[in-house]
Amino acid sequence: MADRPVPVVEKRLMDVKLGELGTWLGGRDFTPNGLISALRKGHDRYYNKYINVKKGGFGGIAMLLAGYVALSYLWEYDHIKHDRWRKYH
Amino acid sequence: MALSFFDQFMSPNFLGIPLIAMAIALPWTLYPTPSTRWLSNRLLTLQNWSINRFTQQLLLPLNQEGHKWAALLASLMIFLLSLNMLGLLPYTFTPTTQLSLNLGLAVPLWLATVIIGMRNRPTHALGHLLPEGTPSLLIPILIIIETISLLIRPIALGVRLTANLTAGHLLIQLIATASFVLLPLMPTVAVLTTALLFLLTLLEVAVAMIQAYVFVLLLSLYLQENV
Repeated sequence: MADRPVPVVEKRLMDVKLGELGTWLGGRDFTPNGLISALRKGHDRYYNKYINVKKGGFGGIAMLLAGYVALSYLWEYDHIKHDRWRKYH
Repeated sequence: MALSFFDQFMSPNFLGIPLIAMAIALPWTLYPTPSTRWLSNRLLTLQNWSINRFTQQLLLPLNQEGHKWAALLASLMIFLLSLNMLGLLPYTFTPTTQLSLNLGLAVPLWLATVIIGMRNRPTHALGHLLPEGTPSLLIPILIIIETISLLIRPIALGVRLTANLTAGHLLIQLIATASFVLLPLMPTVAVLTTALLFLLTLLEVAVAMIQAYVFVLLLSLYLQENV
């Protein structure tokens, strides 16, 4: 499968080899516009794969909510860890 | 220690960003923009149908002028409903438990209805301060009472929402702690307490929806009087 060689920066993350990771990260667009367009593309990919389908089920939103719960736990970990270590509540 | 039960209402920071920022931004991601297709996906169809039904019901008692508030009232309802319901998930933060947010929503909207009434139909708006058929002796006292009742409306709106949600969350945490601590000591009592917790959670879901609705309904009532 010897196609034309693709520049490292334009490959998708899963196609980047481990040694090329540094180059890949360095070439990405970290300007505010770049970040916003990356978020928008990610959102569109998720939306078109799980929600904007003919027979979408509850799973599309459920994954979002589960991710939200996980993210909230991560946010509150510093606060919650004291509850585990405490003897009397 | 009793003080730790209120810790759930403090928004923790992570990398400098408070959790309340993410909690407020989240409802925006759950409601996709309506598309121009004739047949959209299930989420959009459901969303369109429910918002249309709700807005139609809400705007029934309002006159033509009041219909300008349709977008504001509908989006307020969706916002409050999502914030309340999302707060019932584990480890999440409910922004509507903060009095600052609720007063920030209630006071400007109430003030807008009052100013609209005073500007466009001042006599009619002031006429609400005296109900029909009061005996002449009672008029001065009643006007004072009605003015106080008018001025207390925004505080009532904000505090009602805050108190209901805060009390609910606090109760859930208290009963959950009790049932967790009782488990090694008296398992039967712990099972009963868990059943109580289950019923309480159902109540909280209902309260979350009802309180959002009450907020918007009262606002539409205040609008109806003044517009």
